[in-house]
Amino acid sequence: MQFDSFSEFLNMGGYGFFVWLSFGITAAAMVAIVIESRLAQKRLVREILAEQARKDRIRGVKSPSSNREQQL
Amino acid sequence: MRSGVYAAMFKREYTLAFRQKAELVQPLVFFVLVVSLFPLGVGPSPEILQRIGPGVIWVAAILSSLLGMERLFRDDFQNGWLEQLALTDASLAGLMAIKVFTHWLVSFVPLVIVSPLLALFLNLTEPMYWALLATLAIGTPLISLVGAIAVGLTMGLNRGGVLLALLLIPLFIPLLIFATSAIESAAMQLSYMPQLAILGALLLLAFAFTPFAISYAVRVSLN
Amino acid sequence: MWKWLHPYAKTERAYVLCNTLLPWFVVTAVLSLSIGTLWGLVFAPADYQQGDSFRIIYIHVPSALLSMSTYVAMAVAAAVGMIWQWRTAYMAMIAIAPVGAVMTFIALVTGAAWGKPMWGTWWVWDARLTSELILLFLYLGVMALYSAFDDKRQGGKAAGVMAIVGVVNIPIIHYSVEWWNTLHQGATITKFDKPSIAPEMLWPLLINLLGFAAFVGAVSLVRMRNEIIRREIHRPWVVLIAKQASK
Repeated sequence: MQFDSFSEFLNMGGYGFFVWLSFGITAAAMVAIVIESRLAQKRLVREILAEQARKDRIRGVKSPSSNREQQL
Repeated sequence: MRSGVYAAMFKREYTLAFRQKAELVQPLVFFVLVVSLFPLGVGPSPEILQRIGPGVIWVAAILSSLLGMERLFRDDFQNGWLEQLALTDASLAGLMAIKVFTHWLVSFVPLVIVSPLLALFLNLTEPMYWALLATLAIGTPLISLVGAIAVGLTMGLNRGGVLLALLLIPLFIPLLIFATSAIESAAMQLSYMPQLAILGALLLLAFAFTPFAISYAVRVSLN
Repeated sequence: MWKWLHPYAKTERAYVLCNTLLPWFVVTAVLSLSIGTLWGLVFAPADYQQGDSFRIIYIHVPSALLSMSTYVAMAVAAAVGMIWQWRTAYMAMIAIAPVGAVMTFIALVTGAAWGKPMWGTWWVWDARLTSELILLFLYLGVMALYSAFDDKRQGGKAAGVMAIVGVVNIPIIHYSVEWWNTLHQGATITKFDKPSIAPEMLWPLLINLLGFAAFVGAVSLVRMRNEIIRREIHRPWVVLIAKQASK
C-alpha cells in the first residue's frame, strides 16, 4: 500500500487530475463500446423478431384464403 | 502483341485526357490558388514564407491531387469501359499501371512545371527549389499509385469525394514528412539524399505492389 | 494442415465458436483489469522521477500496444478473407475495427494527460504521437469505407484492401522512435532480458496488458456475433437464436 489515506490516494502526489482524467476517460470509452455493442445486438434481435412476425402474419392471411379457393 | 495493347491503352488515355482540358487545368489552378492564399493568411514576411513554404507547397499538391484523382476511373466505370478491360486477356494490373502513369503524366507533370513560380511566391532559395523539384518528381508518382487504390475502391459510390480524402490523406503523411524534411535540409545546406532515398524506396515498393492492389480494387468495385 | 480451421468459414460454426470463447475472454478481462489496475494504482511504488503521474502507464502502454496489434489483427483477418474467400474473416475484420479505434483513442488521450505534467504540454508533434493519430485516422477510414457501401460483402472486401494498405504504416509507427528521436521516451517494456522498469512496477503492467487484450477480444467477439446476425438475417438458425435471446 503506497498511500496512507484515501485523500492522499485521490491526490496522487499532486498529479490527481491527470491520473484520474486518464483513468476516467479510459473507463468511459471502454464502457461506451461495450454498451454500444450490446445495444446493437438487442436492436438486431428486435428487428429479426419483427420481420418474423410480419412473415407469420402474411402466412396467416394467405392460408385461409387458399383454403377458401379450394372450397370454391 | 501485348505491348501493342499497352501502347493502344496509353494512346487512348492520353487523347481522352487532353479532350477534357478543363478537368486538367482546374486542379492546377486550385494548387496555385491554395499556395497564394498562404501569404495573404500569414503575412508577406519573406522569412516566414520561406519557413512554411515547403510544407505549404506539398500540402497544396496533395489536396489538388485529390481533386484530380477522383475522375481517374469515374467515366470509365460509368460507361462500362472498365468492365470490358477486366474481361480482356491482357493483365488488368498492367493496364491499370498504364492508366495511372498517364494520369500522372497529364496531371502532375504540369504541377512540377509550375512549381518554380510557387517557389518565387514563397521566397524559396535555389537549393530549396532543387530539393522541391526532386521530391515532387519522386513523390507525385507515389501519390498517383497509392491514390489509385482508394479511387478504385470508391468509384462505385455516389459520395466518394470526401471519403477519398479521409482514406488517402493519412496514407500521404509519411510522404509529406520526408518530402518537407528534405527541403528543410536543403535550406540548411545539408544533404537531403537520405530523405530522397527513403522516398525512392517507398516509390519502388509502390511500383512493385500497387498495380496489383489497384486491379484488385477495381475488380471489387466491378463485382 | 489447416483443415480443422475451414469449418469456421461457415457463419453458423463461427457464431458457435464466438459463443464458446466469449466467457473465457470476459472472465480474463474482468479479472486482469481489476487486479492490474488496483495493483498499479494502489500497491505499485511511485516512480522516483515522475512521482505518481507514472501510474498512467498502466493504461497508456497497454492501449498503445493493443492499438497497433489490433490493427495488425484486422489486416490479417482481411488477408485471410481475401486469400481464402472467407466471408467470416471479413466479418471479423469489421468487428475488430471499432475496438481498435477505441484503443487508439485511449492511447492518445492518456498520452496527452501524461504529457501535460511531464512535458508541460498536452500535445507535441512527436513521431509516436503523430503516428498514433494517423493510426486513428486509418481505423476511421476503414470503418467509413465499409459503412459507405450498401452491399456489405463488397464493402467488406473494399475495407479489407484499405486495412492491408494501411498496415504498411505499422512498421513506420514502430520504428519512428529510432528515426526521429524526439521527446518521447524509449520503449519501456520490450526489453524483457533487462527491463528498465522495476519488477513490482512491471507485473501490474503485464497483467493489465493481458486484461486489455482480453477486453479487445471479448468486445470483438460480441461485435462479430452482431455482424454474423446482420448479414445472415434471413437464415432460419439466426431467427431461432433471436427467438431464444428474446425469451
